[in-house]
Amino acid sequence: MLEVRGLNKSFSGFRAVSDVDLTVETGQIAAVIGPNGAGKSTLFNLITGHLRPDTGSVRLDGRDITGAAPHRIVRMGVGRSFQRTNIFAKLTVFENLQAAFLVHRGRGRDFWSRAAALYRDDTERLLASIGLVDQRDTVAGTLSYGNQKQLELGLALASDPALLLLDEPTAGMSATETHDTIRLIERIAGERSLTLLFTEHDMDVVFQIAQKIAVLHQGRVIADGAPEEVRADPEVRRVYLGEH
Amino acid sequence: MTSETTTTTTTGVAEATPAAPASQMIGGGSSVIGRIPWTLIVFLVACSVPWIGGRYNTFLAEQIAIDALFAVSLNLLLGTTGLVSFGHVAYFGVGAYVCGILMKTYNVPFILAFPAAGLGAALFALVSGYFCVRLIKLYFAMLTLAFSQIIWAIAYKWNDVTGGDQGLPEIPFPSFDWLNHVPWLGDLKTSDQFYLLTVLLIAISLAIIHRIVRSPFGRVLTTIRDNPERAAFIGVNVKLYQLAAFVVAGTFAGFAGALYGLFSRGVFADYVFWSKSAEVMIMTILGGMDYFWGPPIGAFALVWLNQEITDYTQYWPFFLGAILLVLLFGFPGGILGGVDMLWQRLRRARRA
Ligand SMILES: Nc1ncnc2c1ncn2[C@@H]1O[C@H](COP(=O)(O)OP(=O)(O)OP(=O)(O)O)[C@@H](O)[C@H]1O
Ligand SMILES: [Mg+2]
Repeated sequence: MLEVRGLNKSFSGFRAVSDVDLTVETGQIAAVIGPNGAGKSTLFNLITGHLRPDTGSVRLDGRDITGAAPHRIVRMGVGRSFQRTNIFAKLTVFENLQAAFLVHRGRGRDFWSRAAALYRDDTERLLASIGLVDQRDTVAGTLSYGNQKQLELGLALASDPALLLLDEPTAGMSATETHDTIRLIERIAGERSLTLLFTEHDMDVVFQIAQKIAVLHQGRVIADGAPEEVRADPEVRRVYLGEH
Repeated sequence: MTSETTTTTTTGVAEATPAAPASQMIGGGSSVIGRIPWTLIVFLVACSVPWIGGRYNTFLAEQIAIDALFAVSLNLLLGTTGLVSFGHVAYFGVGAYVCGILMKTYNVPFILAFPAAGLGAALFALVSGYFCVRLIKLYFAMLTLAFSQIIWAIAYKWNDVTGGDQGLPEIPFPSFDWLNHVPWLGDLKTSDQFYLLTVLLIAISLAIIHRIVRSPFGRVLTTIRDNPERAAFIGVNVKLYQLAAFVVAGTFAGFAGALYGLFSRGVFADYVFWSKSAEVMIMTILGGMDYFWGPPIGAFALVWLNQEITDYTQYWPFFLGAILLVLLFGFPGGILGGVDMLWQRLRRARRA
């Protein structure tokens, strides 16, 4: 499904991502882990077109999408959430999701219909699926942090992605919130047979749901494989797991 | 400046009423105030001004109506798309000159010159916007300003076409001979007949813009306003939509300009000076850019204030500056933002 080869990105001389190879199979749940500043978010930004790689390639189902514009990559079936929550703060929760449907169904060029009347059923269903029915008319900017993360997940799901990238979906959440969110993600990934690639600092979460783990350290992949292999890897234990 | 103002307003409004977006709040729902057809009343009152208001009030009302359309067109960028344009007067000016030149120099009838003014402004918005949307924030604002100064320089220097510093005086009114036998309307002065035409064209323009703001296209623009980065990741081609908004806003500014040129019986380079862009922006923020009817209310307030203190004309810039200060620190949501907040407080007090 996703194939990253020899990806490099420097910020004024500092190599944030260096020679990264990564493959995610269709239907797989894969995690990228690594200490702060390892380059996880940068890698996600490179894959989704938010940043342009210096060298290397990103392929989606065999198609080269290296450096394509974000809106094109989204239309090819890649959804994402951001580490620092990214929603439409002045719109209500309902309007947020409805907007994502409008765009995904290609209605954005419609100057004349009433937006509020469109895709109401789809929006309601998605609201229920991500558990935000009670908050449907809340202005998104005033939601609690955890709810904003749920909404962001909803925004990504509205465009019906085949591949979903989640950058620290439980960052800043309490233990219960984390638990609920992971349940939610697992359930949705199952229902929609999504391919999932996520980053996460909570090792319990990672080893609980990931089928494959890549470990990033100072921009490089130092281990890549099944959870048991990664857990046993001496270098991983030294640079990373040892700290926890 | 803008983004900070915006956030404050939203939170204020949102805390008070988690029930509906700010733009639909005032007097909304089941209240008596909400059921009064305000727009129809305002339209009818505006139409009756020549009979009940006299010459001077008709003059003021026409000024307000034109400024209202101009400010609403700017708000399509400012409040809806989150684009801060410092050069919106350029499209107003292009509209005014296209209509004026066609009618005065080439004797083209108004019914053709008016759409041509919108088209001319749209084309210029397409070309200048193509470059502007490539830049962000302050750089975007600076480039819009640069384009408006280019239009000003052309207006000022291209004597053969624009009349240069002499401008284009004495543009003829459209012909209203066909109205002669209509009761009521036939007896009016030509300037009053033109006033009514202006009010009608502006009402239609506002209705169209209102529809656009509520359309799926309009919703996409609000996602760009709130978060261009996230908008791209729900699949929006951000720059393309910004350009489209720019062209629509420019078109209606062009219509406003065309009407203004005829209203003031001439088109002069002064009209496109950059300070006009600042003035229309102040109107928009004064009325409340989070509301569709904010900019028209701002236009009303500013025109009215201007004529109230007209005896001290040299102090006008001072007043303008003072208003801006009060606004930014006291009422970041503008007049409607303030009214909205008051309304919410009253409702909560009544419920408690
Ligand atoms: N736009 C940028 N400009 C300059 N440096 C950047 C930029 N983005 C990231 N970096 C640097 O690149 C390195 C990798 O950052 P990145 O955000 O990818 O790490 P991360 O693995 O996501 O960390 P965290 O776990 O804290 O989220 C960091 O040292 C960071 O300072
Ligand atoms: Mg990160």
